[in-house]
Amino acid sequence: MNVIETRELGKRYGKTWALRDCTLALPAGHLAALVGPNGAGKSTLMNMVVGLTVPTEGTAAVLDGQPAGSPAALNGVAFVAQDAPVYKNLSSADMLHLTANLNQRFDRSFAKARLADLGIPLKKKAGKLSGGQQAQLALTLALARKPRLLILDEPLASLDPIARQDFLSAVLTAMADDGVSVLLSSHQVAELERVADYLIVLSRAQLQVAGEVDDLLACHRVLTGPAAEAQEYATRLTVVQTRRGETQAHLLARTSGPADPVPPGWESHPVSLEELVMAYLRSPGVSEPTAFARVQRATSKEATR
Amino acid sequence: MTIDKGDSAIEFRLDPDSGVPTYLQLVQQVEHALRLGYLKPGDQLPKVRDVVATLTINPNTVLKAYRELEHKGLAAGRPGQGTFIEATLEQVTLPELAGLRRTLLGWLASADAAGLDEDGIVALFTSGLRDFFKTSGGRGNAGQRGGGSRDRAGTAGSADRSAADDGTEGVA
Repeated sequence: MNVIETRELGKRYGKTWALRDCTLALPAGHLAALVGPNGAGKSTLMNMVVGLTVPTEGTAAVLDGQPAGSPAALNGVAFVAQDAPVYKNLSSADMLHLTANLNQRFDRSFAKARLADLGIPLKKKAGKLSGGQQAQLALTLALARKPRLLILDEPLASLDPIARQDFLSAVLTAMADDGVSVLLSSHQVAELERVADYLIVLSRAQLQVAGEVDDLLACHRVLTGPAAEAQEYATRLTVVQTRRGETQAHLLARTSGPADPVPPGWESHPVSLEELVMAYLRSPGVSEPTAFARVQRATSKEATR
Repeated sequence: MTIDKGDSAIEFRLDPDSGVPTYLQLVQQVEHALRLGYLKPGDQLPKVRDVVATLTINPNTVLKAYRELEHKGLAAGRPGQGTFIEATLEQVTLPELAGLRRTLLGWLASADAAGLDEDGIVALFTSGLRDFFKTSGGRGNAGQRGGGSRDRAGTAGSADRSAADDGTEGVA
């Protein structure tokens, strides 16, 4: 089952495309990191998937084909917008009461128990809570709806390191407990290395690459060898990024894995997630073959499940 | 301060700089604990949820590690309960061990005599090891292993290439 499926999805504001030609299939059971610089289209994509923004072109569906924004979709998707907004003048108890009444499904006892565990006082106004507590309050309200898909827009941006870790721990525990799928956007790649097992990279309103982290790391290698041979090699492989000096060149390339034959005189090294993301962000426009491979892989995986 | 006694026999920790994939670090720590006797058959491994919460890692990573341990026959999942240790890791007490060690020391001496420093020896050994397991898959080729480490004396200058040749020689 795919929790998110978009087809040639695009949104234009005036003359500017915030996102264009985004075709994506996110399988269930993952925590997917949505990564890209500011203005890459992360929030636009999320808002369209949630149903808050109407696409200019293309379609977005969630939870096995429910159109984004439809009642069935809304019931199964929880969204925490950027900086985890809460009503500053409402107490935690009032926020809980409000959210419970605005949703078809809401587990009050879960929410109360969770806030008690976190030591968040019910009577205090939400605006008086610390940043970390406000984020946890917003997350608690989202999780109490028992969503099958949780979408978090830059949830970590304004949190200190301890609060970040607590927040991520809470999200991951919810995954382990309820099997909720998660889409989380961030421009911090490094801290998502162990957290995300699926990666979606956006840059300049375009989808650059998407796939399971393990697969992506396995099929990208840094190849180091004589600069003179780099050009010939580059025509045979999908090279994401080239760095070359007078005599030596490094190619970050998509290969068929660590067993891919390396020509004599060349070395092959594994890439880190951060290196991979940076390479795709710095060289937009190599996405076409990967999009094809991704669709193929998604279909073959689906068949084996 | 008092140290809380955990629920399970071992606790995982992660080395952020090791470059070893997270799931593999978990697998290796279980194997290590088995060798050192911290874990024995019947012991329960930490619950997935607890590992996720304490290390802030993806639950699928922990599941992958536990699947790998099951695949190796070291652990088994019990539905609704968790994952338990099934087997011990026998310390290698092959009679050949002493002989292998002697050959290795001899090889090290010839590498040293050829002018390779410690880093050079490690690099040569690592690349040879990688090529050997990549091309032959390791076990089953025991009879040909001796050929892999023939004297490398005159070839220190082209360490990488000679190591790459080794791997193919082994299966030729």
